Amino acid sequence: MISPLNRRQALALGTGAVLATTLSLRAAPALAAKNSTDEAIKAFTGGKEPVKGKVKLELPEIAENGNTVPMTVGVDAPMTKESFVEEVMIVADGNPNPGVIRFHFTPSSVPEANTRIRLAETQNVIAVARMNDGSVFSDVKQVKVTIGGCGG
Amino acid sequence: MTSRRDFLQIAAATAALVPTGWTRAFAQQSLVQDDLLAFEPMGNVTLVHLTDIHAQLVPVLFREPSTNLGVGEARGQVPHVTGRAYLDLFGIPGGSPLAYALTPEDYVALARGYGRMGGLDRIATVLDAIRAERGDKVLFLDGGDTWQNSYTSMLSKGQDMVDCMALLKPDAMTGHWEFTLGTDRVKEIVDGLGCPFLGQNVRDAEWNEPAFESTKMFERGGAKVAVIGQAFPYTPIANPRWLIPNWLFGIREEDVQASVDKARKDGAALVVLLSHNGFDVDRKLASRVKGIDVILTGHTHDALPQAVKVGQTLLIASGSHGKFLTRVDLDVRDGAVKGYRSKLIPIFSDVIASQKEMAAKIQAIRSPHEAMLKEELGRAEGLLYRRGNFNGTLDDMICDALLAEREAEIALSPGFRWGTTLLPGQSITREDVYNATAITYPAAYRMTMTGGRLKEVLEDVADNLFNADPYYQQGGDMVRVGGVAYAIDVARPAGSRVSDLTLLRTGKPIEAGTSYTVAGWASVNEGTEGPPIWDVVAAHVRRKGTVNPTPAQVTVRGA
Repeated sequence: MISPLNRRQALALGTGAVLATTLSLRAAPALAAKNSTDEAIKAFTGGKEPVKGKVKLELPEIAENGNTVPMTVGVDAPMTKESFVEEVMIVADGNPNPGVIRFHFTPSSVPEANTRIRLAETQNVIAVARMNDGSVFSDVKQVKVTIGGCGG
Repeated sequence: MTSRRDFLQIAAATAALVPTGWTRAFAQQSLVQDDLLAFEPMGNVTLVHLTDIHAQLVPVLFREPSTNLGVGEARGQVPHVTGRAYLDLFGIPGGSPLAYALTPEDYVALARGYGRMGGLDRIATVLDAIRAERGDKVLFLDGGDTWQNSYTSMLSKGQDMVDCMALLKPDAMTGHWEFTLGTDRVKEIVDGLGCPFLGQNVRDAEWNEPAFESTKMFERGGAKVAVIGQAFPYTPIANPRWLIPNWLFGIREEDVQASVDKARKDGAALVVLLSHNGFDVDRKLASRVKGIDVILTGHTHDALPQAVKVGQTLLIASGSHGKFLTRVDLDVRDGAVKGYRSKLIPIFSDVIASQKEMAAKIQAIRSPHEAMLKEELGRAEGLLYRRGNFNGTLDDMICDALLAEREAEIALSPGFRWGTTLLPGQSITREDVYNATAITYPAAYRMTMTGGRLKEVLEDVADNLFNADPYYQQGGDMVRVGGVAYAIDVARPAGSRVSDLTLLRTGKPIEAGTSYTVAGWASVNEGTEGPPIWDVVAAHVRRKGTVNPTPAQVTVRGA
């Protein structure tokens, strides 16, 4: 008999775990991360506090499938030799490891990228962008990973 | 507001009614079709909104919820106002036709007096009247949940509804349960539909390209009108993903804004969002997306006698099951809306005449199955209804059936908001059972589940209903349970709302590590096995004869 609820069974170990509830958009997301998200961000920014803005994450509010969540990240940057985004790091604070992906850009790049990411449970996804002048910006979105099945 | 005056007219005409001692004939004497349709026309565009009829071709009983809690900013706001408070809020006299149509107050007595509501043949009559009056000013829009959830719609894979709706000539539609017919069937219907099936928020999974048209531009009363479609954003989560494996959904708020901006650029003077988001999602959307004049909102089955205004956007909620149509007249001049008037038109089936062409079509669809559908399986001792956040007596009956027929300790039944109502003493027919269960994934499964897992399921569904941010809600009601009692604090955060889970069979607490036998239906997983739920329920009702369901035991806090 196939379980009707098997989608998240592998993820069910943390039953009762308190989900991160803050949706604060403050720069270094002050979240009670369950992994080393904060450290990963600090390492990426060289200890600087990222400022909210310039970088924008597009993610569904509720994932249709936590194993493959479409994600787009874009940065508002002129992309000239004088001013461009060098690198964007994506981290997820509820996955076993925070690191998701990094994108590298040059002045000739279009400052946008999309891919699919895997999310183990409901959590915050954070994008941090580092510009060529060393300034850092961030965006955060909460994505809910749900069992589903009772809407209608 | 004029819409308020209009329905107060009706209310006043019937205010003399008292809920005791009057006969059905007396109740209906004071209601006439002309009163129900009375509308002082305005402006140059008329929108007519029908939504969430759930394939009900003929008039039905549908009791509105007594419990419909709002959380976060929606707490205590419409549509989260019910019963007496609803009547007071809108100044509707108790015992009046609108009190019957819009609240569960004195439901049984009033239902016996005012009778069934809806029926596509009656809806056709109202549409004919509006079109006769307003001609080429009229746009008729179908908000979806039209093609599924009755016996004939299931049997014909939606064809009965498609054929009947074609007679009503909608100008556009969007969808939700439509998608449970599967990709191929949806494409097949949409290709020959005769009106656009709009869904700006549906993409093909491979290239992220639009799966449906986003917007249709119309010309009405000399004004350009853009209708943008928004399908139910969480269809592949609330319903089986495997039926539509290659379509991605989501709210896609920024894409809504882009569609609105494009419509304005293309010269639209009136922008309408034909939405299956649900009311709270649409209220939030209206506060964040600029430039929508009217949201015709569906999915959560709310019926409101007045438009709700959010900024410059009007939200229109037209109920479900064919009980209502909303007419909105708009004065659109110089590229903008200068005024509006709206009315929720209640479709009292004993008052509004049947339109012959539609009645004949419905008869042709139903007659081969009529004898089977009318077969009496048993009798309802008390009122059987579904709608409400936590339980309904009809679901209690389904849970009893699952526990008994599938020999389980615990039953789970989905929190669907559709399904018709039965009065005390009424016979339960096969059709009544189908009206509560007709879906394309009906297997009544039986499995073991740990107590921890059960809690997780309840928490998960609770968050889909009570997340303080509507964008994280899915719009169904709480999953129904049999064999267990629980308490829920709706104001608490995700994962910590449900407590005091108790197995009723033993009176002992549910243990996280213990396995229990669970029966349920409407699993979203492919390959789920078991007999169709309607057979399980029919067998149970037959065995019982007179049905008196075990009441659900849910303690609600934080409301």
